[in-house]
Amino acid sequence: MVSPAEHEATFPPPRPSAVLTGDHDLGEVTDRVLAVVTEPKVPATWWLVFGLAGLLLTVFLYAVGYLLIVGVGIWGIHIPVAWGFAIVNFVWWIGIGHAGTLISAILLLLHQKWRTSINRFAEAMTLFAVACAGLFPLLHLGRSWFFYWLFPYPNTLGIWPQFRSPLVWDVFAVSTYFSVSLVFWYLGMLPDLAALRDRATGRLGRVTYGLFALGWRNSVAHWWRFEKAYVLLAGLATPLVLSVHTVVSFDFAVAIVPGWHSTVFPPYFVAGAIYSGFAMVLVLAIPLRSLYGLHDFVTERHLNNCAKLMLASGMIVAYGYFIELVMAVYLQNPQELATQHHRYFGTSGVMQWAVIVCNVIVPQALWSPWVRKNPVWLFGVSLFVLVGMWLERWVIVIGSLQRDYLPSSYGEFRATAWDWAFLAGSLGLFFVLFCLFLRYLPMMSVFELRDLLPRSQGGQDGSSLKVTPCP
Amino acid sequence: MPVNRPVGLLAEFADADDLVRAVRELRAAGFEQLEAFSPYPLPEAAEALGYSRAAVPAVMFIGGLVGGCAAFFMQYWTMGLNYPLNIGGRPLNSWPAFIPITFELTILTSALCGFLGLIAMCGLPRYHHPLFNVDRFNSASRDRFFLFIKAADPAFDSTALSELLKRLDPIGLEEVPE
Repeated sequence: MVSPAEHEATFPPPRPSAVLTGDHDLGEVTDRVLAVVTEPKVPATWWLVFGLAGLLLTVFLYAVGYLLIVGVGIWGIHIPVAWGFAIVNFVWWIGIGHAGTLISAILLLLHQKWRTSINRFAEAMTLFAVACAGLFPLLHLGRSWFFYWLFPYPNTLGIWPQFRSPLVWDVFAVSTYFSVSLVFWYLGMLPDLAALRDRATGRLGRVTYGLFALGWRNSVAHWWRFEKAYVLLAGLATPLVLSVHTVVSFDFAVAIVPGWHSTVFPPYFVAGAIYSGFAMVLVLAIPLRSLYGLHDFVTERHLNNCAKLMLASGMIVAYGYFIELVMAVYLQNPQELATQHHRYFGTSGVMQWAVIVCNVIVPQALWSPWVRKNPVWLFGVSLFVLVGMWLERWVIVIGSLQRDYLPSSYGEFRATAWDWAFLAGSLGLFFVLFCLFLRYLPMMSVFELRDLLPRSQGGQDGSSLKVTPCP
Repeated sequence: MPVNRPVGLLAEFADADDLVRAVRELRAAGFEQLEAFSPYPLPEAAEALGYSRAAVPAVMFIGGLVGGCAAFFMQYWTMGLNYPLNIGGRPLNSWPAFIPITFELTILTSALCGFLGLIAMCGLPRYHHPLFNVDRFNSASRDRFFLFIKAADPAFDSTALSELLKRLDPIGLEEVPE
């Protein structure tokens, strides 16, 4: 028999460099994070954001109502540009929705313990972004109330969706992504919902959180199965997250429109999705940590790591821009050359140059460690990336449709006020949902934070590998 | 059986190591009906309690396999047999085009089976549990470790238990009312 001290000396526990800073113990870390929900007082900034977002949501609801009554003619779409803002917004939002699952699943499998502080709200961000994204194709249908025609169900006409079409693949990809992300998010939240139930003072809170916690009681038997299921779900979500934007890119790549029909699209879209997703994570995380004073949990290291991932994916996106040009020149396909020429020097060339500035030039600042650790600068760069990625989708979707094969089908696109109302309104929907999430659900994975604390403070030292020595 | 016979004893510990030690000693003394509680996953305690392999992976694998096959045959049947559409002379069983949906539905069914299987295997959802009658038990989701010795254990009423518990020195010990 060895004493614990001897055992410790022979097998030192793996000690990751501190993910959390400050001196917290199990109870304190729990109270600290859950206080955001249990405190009756809400910060004034929350009300401000919620109010503004609510206003935009009202605009959105009004616009949707008007769209359903009048039809998609209120948008700037026409022939040849039949895919307008709705598709741009769809691709943009679903791209933003990629970082959450990437952080929670891929970083979990890679044992990146720092993900713990940010995975919960990043997953929430994913869900809300995918919800916003999912609305746009439905609204774009025109007769949105027939959306269920997209699913295979036995009907009196005896017909089925065309399963060879990328648009139908998209339905399955997006709905699967939403469902699996929801399951992953909810499962990870069960223990924290139970903690909220145990802490709730009022009857309403106890009953509501109690129902959603499903009776979770922190039993080792539950934890033991939970960990298996959670890792496996992460394993499933990993190929899923890569497949979703791949399938979205098939919507374009499988079509023959010049500027769309390209094999570089799947990896280029996935990298772009991760890029904008991390930008949104930073745009949310930086104000959040100040607002709720969570600097000990979302540390400089988190910002630094997110910024590095953003830079890396941004470089892949830049490579995508480059390879599109190279392919056009290499293949000497006149139509492809004309499209690329139009993209940079045509009627909407300014958009493409804005993309280059926002997505390629400005993010180069992230090579500097000082910028990566400076919240204000990082916030600014992330905003540029978000705008740049939206513009990029504009260039791909609308810019390519402006120039088809025949000069007779050349056309321009002019956005209407309704187009902008839908974009702004979807931001409202997103932020309303996000504010409600912050107020009513634990925004950080508390049990994983507890697990991350050093042993001296009651946790597992950020690792469950340590073996308790035999008595 | 008397009405207010307790369903078991709940011992409280301040430290994960104390809990794991207690589980090991009670198991060594022949106790079987134990349940441990911890504010974070504690694989060592699961091991000490003698849990071997979780069935969750098997459920997920079978769910994914069934879902994937069903997804492929749904497409094969609708596109190839039930309503064949000749598009550009391509084969009716154009299987590469069926792969994305097959993949997505494999993941979906596997994930749903994993979630539902986990919940069912944990005996959830369950709104109430006798342990919730113990006020202190709330801190299992905060910073305390608990060991529940069920009254159903054959050795429950023995003197060995009280001696063991005295030695393990939990910071709290309560009877759990029904």
